Order: sequence, then structure tokens, then C-alpha cells
Amino acid sequence: MPNADTNATTSDLSLVTAIRAGDQGAMAALYDRYSSIVYSVALRVLQDTGAAEDVLQEIFMQLWRNPQAFDASRGNMGAWLAVIARHRAIDCLRRRRPENDIEDVVVSVEPDLASDADRSRAMDKVHGALQSMPVQQRSALEMAYFEGLTHVEIAAKTGEPLGTIKTRIRTGLLSLRKVLAA
Amino acid sequence: MSAHEQFADDLALYALESLDGEQRQSLEKHLEGCASCRGELELLRGDTSLLALTTSGPKPPARSRRRLLSAIANEPRLPAVASTPVPERRPHSWRPTFGWVAAAAVALVCIALLRQNSNLQHDIVALRTQFSDQGTKLDDANQTVATLMDPDATRIELVATGNKPEPRGKAIYQRRNRNLIFFASNLPALPAEKIYELWLFPANGGAPIPAGLFKPDARGSATVVNPPLPEGVEAKNFAVTLEPASGSHEHPRGTPVIVGVGE
Repeated sequence: MPNADTNATTSDLSLVTAIRAGDQGAMAALYDRYSSIVYSVALRVLQDTGAAEDVLQEIFMQLWRNPQAFDASRGNMGAWLAVIARHRAIDCLRRRRPENDIEDVVVSVEPDLASDADRSRAMDKVHGALQSMPVQQRSALEMAYFEGLTHVEIAAKTGEPLGTIKTRIRTGLLSLRKVLAA
Repeated sequence: MSAHEQFADDLALYALESLDGEQRQSLEKHLEGCASCRGELELLRGDTSLLALTTSGPKPPARSRRRLLSAIANEPRLPAVASTPVPERRPHSWRPTFGWVAAAAVALVCIALLRQNSNLQHDIVALRTQFSDQGTKLDDANQTVATLMDPDATRIELVATGNKPEPRGKAIYQRRNRNLIFFASNLPALPAEKIYELWLFPANGGAPIPAGLFKPDARGSATVVNPPLPEGVEAKNFAVTLEPASGSHEHPRGTPVIVGVGE
């Protein structure tokens, strides 16, 4: 499999433009760049390699069929795909129809995740931020993000008040943003 | 409290798809008319994408790439269906001629044919996709059978570490193609918040390599087929551990349940 950074000089938007023109090579390059993010998110949520592969296939096929779903206004491609992968995996976990059309998802995040180096730097910062959070806050974030639990379900599971869970999740997300912006 | 402050916590939950019921509806109604909250939602979705970075782990198997490229090769772009040209406006006449009626009839037939053509093209694409998926599944099945039948494949029997001999596993591993088939039986039911994980122990003494998470069925049976594995790793042994369901699965943290005993 080609290295994910082989085509790092080709911007995501250039690849998407080529994909719109039916360029299968551009699709392969985009897959090489971002399949790990999509697959690892789906695998973490679903904990089933076969189901994670299906989510991976579904998302990239959607992009092939409807490349205009992504443009610069959607945010950066890595973050956008991560959000969509996580949504699809949660839908799959709950055995429900997709709740979001990929064209409706807009993501705004500072670090560009196009290269392995970008991802590695951001990953170190996120890990650091999570480790410095209170355990209950990290746990609430992980239950919401990876297990797809609603705040009501998290409150029931932990015995904490609903308002506390809500605030923990929001401040947890904001602290990640703050660390990445620093 | 402003409307934005009122919805601040709910926005974070919405970004995580963790908000439902009336609160979700109320927020969606607010978002329709509030650009400020829509902007904050985009930022919060960005924040959630950062959590995805904590999952960096195994890469998808090579077959996933083959499957995708095969599918897109069989699904070329649909040519845009020609739009019916808008007729030029002419002074309205209340005396339709035969030629006008005939032209309208021809236009209707053309529209019907275009629609039929479009439907047929969609059917062709759907059939090609189905054919491609079937081909990929057949390839996978052939690889699975080849691994099972390969006399050179490593076969390692796994037995219980304790006194109870019931839990058993068998790993069949083909290094050159990175194919691995693992069967387990009589595994204890999973405790809450736990999951089983299969590990490959390299012959070179390197760190154990994660080889798939799995949950046994009601009878304690489970199968792992061709998990993502790095290239060219010679296996010395395999083991199954009981791991926390959440957190990283890159290194064994839990208790070994069954381990290999060699060929």
C-alpha cells in the first residue's frame, strides 16, 4: 500500500476536483491518506473488524458517488471524514438509519490532518489533554464519543446529574480545542 | 441567560449526536436562525474529530483497498442527463397548429426516453456494484479456503491458562499473505465493559501485535478471519486476553485467557 504521505503535496481539494472528473487514481490517493483515520474510528466504536471495513467502504463509496459533498467550506478533509466515520459507526452500532446526510456536516478545526506528521503532532496534544482531564470528564467524553451514549444514558450509568454530564462533555471538548490552539 | 448560553451545553451534545427528544428539536429550530450557534457547532464538531486521533491503531487490511478500487472501477461516472431545453418565448397564440402539437408530442416522448435511459443507467450501475461486491466476497472466500488448506500455514492450538481446560482456540496463520483464521470455543461470557482480543506474538521477540477484537456468541464460540496485520511477520505464538472495552487496544493490558502451546 502506498505511503499515506506520498501525495501529501497534492492538496485534498485538488484530489476531490480530480475525483469529480472521475479520476480513480485520485480516489486511491485520498483513500491512502485517510483510510486509517476512518477505519480506526469505526473499529474503536464498533469493535468489529468486518463492520469497520463496511463503514470504511461505505464512506469512500459515498465520496466517489458524490464528491461535491466535500468542498473547502466543509472544513479540512481529515476532520470531516473522522466526524462522518464516527456518525456512521454509531448509526451502525444502534442499528439505525443514518441520521446525517454527509452534505450537511460542516467541521471547523485548526490542525490540518493531511500528513502523518500533522496527525502525529495533533495526536500527542490530544492525548496530553485527555490525560490531564479529571477521570469523570474523560470517561463522560469517551462514553458519548465511542459508545454513542446520550447524556441521559451516561447520567443513568454514572449516577451523576444530567446537568453535570452536559457541562463535563462541553468543557472537555473546549479544553481539547484550547490545547490544539496553543 | 442569553439564548446562546442556554444552548451551549446542548450544542456539544448535538455535535456528538448525543442529544435527542425535545431538546434536539428545540436546538435544531434555534440553529435555523442563529449563525453564531451554527459556527460554534462547526467548531465543536472539529473538537470531536480530535478525539478520533486517539484511536490511531491498525490500518485497514489491504483487501479493503482492493474492494474499494474494484467497486469504483465498476461504477463509472453517470453522464449528466441532458436537460430539456427551455423553449424560446414567442407571442402566445390561441390557435395551435398541427406542427406545434406534433413538436410537443415528440418532446414528451423524448423526456420519457431520457427518464427511461437514466433509470436503466442507474440499474446498470447498481448491478455492476453488486457484481463487484460478489467478486470481492468470492476472492475473500477463496483466500480463506486457501489458508485453511495450506500445508505450510502455522497451526497453533490454544488452551486455558488455568485448571479449567474448557476454553479452546485454534489459530491458522499464513505469513506470506497475512491471512489468519482463528476459532475459539467455550469462552466465558464477557463481563461488563470487557472484550476479548487476539494477539500475535512475533518470532523475533517483538511486541505482541493486535490481531482482532471479538465477542463470543452465547455458547462461547467466536471466529476471527483475516484481521489487519503487518506484512511478513513470522508468528511464534498467539494468545487471547480479556481487555477493557474502552481505551487503546494496541498493547495487552488485560488478563490472558488462552495462549498457544505450539504445533
